[in-house]
Amino acid sequence: MLIGTNYQRLDGRAKVTGAARYVDDLPQPEGCLFGLTLRSPHPHARIDAIRRDPGYDWQGITVVTAEDIPGENVVALMTDDQPVLAAGLTRHVTEPIALVAAPTRQRAAEALKHIHVDYTPLPALLDFEIAQDHEIKIYGEDNVFARAATLRGDPDALLRDAELVIEGIYRVGHQEQLYIEPQGLIALPREDGGLTILGSMQCPYYIHKALKRVLGGVDFNVRQTTTGGAFGGKEDYPSIMGAHVALLALKAKAPVKMIYARDEDLIATTKRHPAVIRVRAAVDPKSAKLLAVESQMIFDGGAYNTLSPVVNSRGVLHGAGPYVCEHVRVTGVMVASHTPPNGAFRGFGAPQSQFAMERHMDRIARHLEMDPAELRRINYYRPGDLTPTGQRLDDPAAEEVFERARAWVEAARRAPAPVEEAPGGRGRDLARGVAFVMGFHGAGFTGNGESGLAAKVDVSLEGDRVLIHTASIDMGQGIDTVFPAIVAETLDYPLDKVSCAPHDTATVPNSGPTAASRSVMVVGGVSQKGARQLREALRAALGAGPEATFAELVAARSPEAPPLRVRAQYDDDGAIWDAARYWGDAYPTYAWTAVAVELDVDRDTGEVIYRRLFQATDVGKAMNKVIVEGQLEGGAVQALGYATLEEVVIDARGAMKNNRLTDYIIPTTMDTPELETAIVEYPFAGGPYGAKGIGELPHDVPAAAVAAAIEDAVGVVLDQLPMTPQRVLAALMMQEEEA
Amino acid sequence: MSRVYRPKDLAEALQMRADHPEAAPLAGGTDLMVTRHSAPREAYLNLFNVEGLSGIEVIQGGAIRVGAATIHRQIACSPEIQRAAPILAEAARVIGGRQIQNRGTIGGNIANASPAGDTLPVLLALDAQIEVQSAARGARLIPIEGFFKGYKQLDLAADELITAVIVPDHHQDALYFRKVGTRAAVAISQVILAGRVKRVEGRVIEARVAFGSVAPTPIRAREVEAALIGHPVDPRAADALDVHPIDDIRGTAVYRRAVAHRVLRTWLRAL
Amino acid sequence: MSITFTLNGEARAVEAAPMDRLLDVLRGPLGLTGAKEGCGEGECGACAVEIDGRVVNSCLIPVFQVEGATIRTIEGVAGERLTRLQEAFLAHGAVQCGACTPALVLGCEALLAEEGQISRAGVREALAGHLCRCTGYQKIIDAVMDAAEDKR
Ligand SMILES: Cc1cc2nc3c(=O)[nH]c(=O)nc-3n(C[C@H](O)[C@H](O)[C@H](O)COP(=O)(O)OP(=O)(O)OC[C@H]3O[C@@H](n4cnc5c(N)ncnc54)[C@H](O)[C@@H]3O)c2cc1C
Ligand code: FES
Ligand code: FES
Repeated sequence: MLIGTNYQRLDGRAKVTGAARYVDDLPQPEGCLFGLTLRSPHPHARIDAIRRDPGYDWQGITVVTAEDIPGENVVALMTDDQPVLAAGLTRHVTEPIALVAAPTRQRAAEALKHIHVDYTPLPALLDFEIAQDHEIKIYGEDNVFARAATLRGDPDALLRDAELVIEGIYRVGHQEQLYIEPQGLIALPREDGGLTILGSMQCPYYIHKALKRVLGGVDFNVRQTTTGGAFGGKEDYPSIMGAHVALLALKAKAPVKMIYARDEDLIATTKRHPAVIRVRAAVDPKSAKLLAVESQMIFDGGAYNTLSPVVNSRGVLHGAGPYVCEHVRVTGVMVASHTPPNGAFRGFGAPQSQFAMERHMDRIARHLEMDPAELRRINYYRPGDLTPTGQRLDDPAAEEVFERARAWVEAARRAPAPVEEAPGGRGRDLARGVAFVMGFHGAGFTGNGESGLAAKVDVSLEGDRVLIHTASIDMGQGIDTVFPAIVAETLDYPLDKVSCAPHDTATVPNSGPTAASRSVMVVGGVSQKGARQLREALRAALGAGPEATFAELVAARSPEAPPLRVRAQYDDDGAIWDAARYWGDAYPTYAWTAVAVELDVDRDTGEVIYRRLFQATDVGKAMNKVIVEGQLEGGAVQALGYATLEEVVIDARGAMKNNRLTDYIIPTTMDTPELETAIVEYPFAGGPYGAKGIGELPHDVPAAAVAAAIEDAVGVVLDQLPMTPQRVLAALMMQEEEA
Repeated sequence: MSRVYRPKDLAEALQMRADHPEAAPLAGGTDLMVTRHSAPREAYLNLFNVEGLSGIEVIQGGAIRVGAATIHRQIACSPEIQRAAPILAEAARVIGGRQIQNRGTIGGNIANASPAGDTLPVLLALDAQIEVQSAARGARLIPIEGFFKGYKQLDLAADELITAVIVPDHHQDALYFRKVGTRAAVAISQVILAGRVKRVEGRVIEARVAFGSVAPTPIRAREVEAALIGHPVDPRAADALDVHPIDDIRGTAVYRRAVAHRVLRTWLRAL
Repeated sequence: MSITFTLNGEARAVEAAPMDRLLDVLRGPLGLTGAKEGCGEGECGACAVEIDGRVVNSCLIPVFQVEGATIRTIEGVAGERLTRLQEAFLAHGAVQCGACTPALVLGCEALLAEEGQISRAGVREALAGHLCRCTGYQKIIDAVMDAAEDKR
């Protein structure tokens, strides 16, 4: 039995020895040029002219502007609103205007300075909270990219008439993915006149879809290289960057490489969407049951749509939290602003909306003067309950994760983690707090998205090796190990004879994007199906009976026989989903979590010092315990950064002011608590061996747990992320003044 | 392309300094290499691994002489410094991460003269002296307080180098170091407090209260020192604090001022 | 100028401008791409290498300063077999995307080579200059503690 054990990552050895090659590590192709981007300094301006300095020596330098695009000037993702290169108008600072390629980065940087753009600045609309229906138009008539709404029952009547209605407003800011390997892509001209795009990415077929429109008739393939982290940040962004390298390479007729320096990566690429969320709840003061819930969220999409409608939708579908309520309305509006587009990031709207709901549960408990845990116990989903979209849930997982976290918190109260004094921080005035919250995450695409996409995977036998051909990529989360393990287990075949083939659109079918916590659960399942088909095909080819094992079949086959390849496809899962009404099976299944945080608040400085973080998380079935724990731990710490450290400071033009790692700070080892993880397994029949998607869940609610623990420690209530020391101290000082 | 001068020992370094005043001294490079692109220099004078510029020794009166090119890691680990001036070892331990401590030097920290330089308030609290030398005029010793004349302005002539820091033995005093950074490690300080109190029969006879990151230079809070002298430690002395920090991208003036006051009060309470 | 040094046990000479960053010289002419550029300003630690026994960020080292030095990069850590620490990294799941890993392995090896006892708090302090965005650090610290079994 392989599944559920701790077999090692197949790429681990190459990574610990430094042998693994990331895009910037590949041997420089002959004649490779370096590409750079000229970006808009204005949030909103007419582009009157793009001029090249006639006195500058342009020998050996390629310049590309919108006019050089052979196909359409559009980044095809969901809508066609974003240009590859701004033409005539720029709608956010850092928007790409022109591209240059030169033999070295220095040369390219110098050349950039000799391209002059004449702008006529136009009034800009930077504040998303007032952008809807504003007279300055960014997108359509109302500056709304997307709306989503769920309605169950009749919340209005209750919210009007109930004895107790509690209202709160919650705010969350941007967050940067901060993969350690910056964005990087290479475009390589092929001998047949086509192009190969290779580099760091999550979704080869997204790039493929986008470039088809941009490059006109040029044939090309897209290949992933070892990817140094992504977290959503390499889901949509490489589409525009891929177009850039491709355009430069086509014009220069030479390979072109673009590797963003960190400051450019920070200032120009997508972030998590800021949001403001208003929640109202009618509560029965006696039973503490939620009678009605309304959550209204506004997200900042930035200047272009990217994948924002999906973020809005997921935000809405998680907006009422893991709590049952018969009368619910959740609405989301994704609005446009003249700021750099926001995009995919682990959780996709759910961390924003669940922060609000978890904080709101604590607010309700405060009003009722009851234990917030008890309030949650009374209201979490039990088997048979219906979600706001009318989906029936049958997992008893909420109860188990709840009980685990509650027990952990009680134990932490009895036996607190010791205060470890760090240098430079002795003798502090500390207050201990411990609390937990709950969360859930719909795994996979919304509604019948999977049936519509019908993910495909090829599985082949080449000699005695089994290869999995999939567009799902490994960005660190372990796909290239877990897919082979699923296939090896299915075929009862040695793991070291199974691997993923290069993720190249020339050779792999479209398995969909590496996103939405869908890879193991959905594409892993299709891989399993492919493995079974391969076994059957082999049986048929050899005329063998059903008793022969896969290993025996392989042994019986001539080693010289040509590769045998089968294609598996996702079956319609029968999900019933009414996208117009937001009604039905919103997700194939849900994974559940309860997250507890033990921390100290420094009363003098407002700093939060994490001691321990515990999570009890239902993963369906762990394909590999160590890899699953790694996802949960890494996600939780990223969420701790979201909670207290990570703040994108925006200047008057809408640009990120703190676009350096000195100033945009993520957790270090010293900022991170000891992490304890309890894996709970309530298998999902639709996933391989029962797996649920859990890649995003760990980011959903730790920030709310931190807020609750801060409240437990010092009694201040914070409803805005990030809870920087400045915000915590301001709240503490307000509290002192009131006392 | 920038020129680089590479002296083999201190004497040669001083000569080159005099001959090439345009060359920026380059020790560990942990400040200079970061600003190299935004503020390039035409020439550099290497001070790393130059004989006679680094090392820690105990001199007369138990004072400690720390060569300017001594790296922070060596200071953090030095038993002599841990004994005579433990807060200096502690400050060295929180400068950046291990890789920065393994390269950055105390001379660089002083010469860089950032208001957020972590060793600077500590040196103020310890009444340290800066030793500077020139080929023409030899050595002079400058009390650290007079060394910082304004934002990034030092009492250092164009032909001089910082060659050492002299730290008196204060192991019998109550010493305190507190760094409030933007995060728990590898952080730019928002407020640094370094304090030293000498008491006789319970009464304070000498007090040093120094802050970093709250003014254009590291400063002593003389008003607090004065309030402490002559009686047992009274935490209300903290209320005398009068600092005027500024807003920047990492923190607000309001925050810095409040934090300076509060961490000071907490330290005094614990004394 | 020509700069000579010992690199992973071998004497090497390389032609470079004196103020070129060691990181670029390693990754370029010397072909050692284990050290990565994550920030270029000393903050992330992905470029760390060992010079004369100390781990430093090679993006901050002007190459002239390594004249005569002994340098070890990740490529010089494992021999025929992985080190105990590298094995522990694999066993504990301390590696995910791997962008931080080569430098981190060097940082941990240097820590293990130090004298004295090792505690979890000490490991956290020593590794604070290595950002990892994937793991949450727990498994990295577990791996170091495991490899340091006889020093705990
Ligand atoms: C990631 C990172 C984190 C950091 N964290 C901190 C921190 O937490 N706290 C902190 O205080 N600093 C921090 N720093 C800044 C820096 O590391 C320290 O200031 C360090 O002490 C500088 O020493 P150096 O030898 O590297 O200086 P260099 O960069 O070599 O030089 C700095 C300046 O001093 C001058 N100089 C150097 N030596 C002499 C001399 N002997 N005589 C005259 N002039 C001289 C140089 O010309 C230059 O102007 C950090 C830097 C980085 C990159
Ligand atoms: S690249 Fe050197 S520390 Fe980040
Ligand atoms: S494993 Fe990805 S950054 Fe550490």
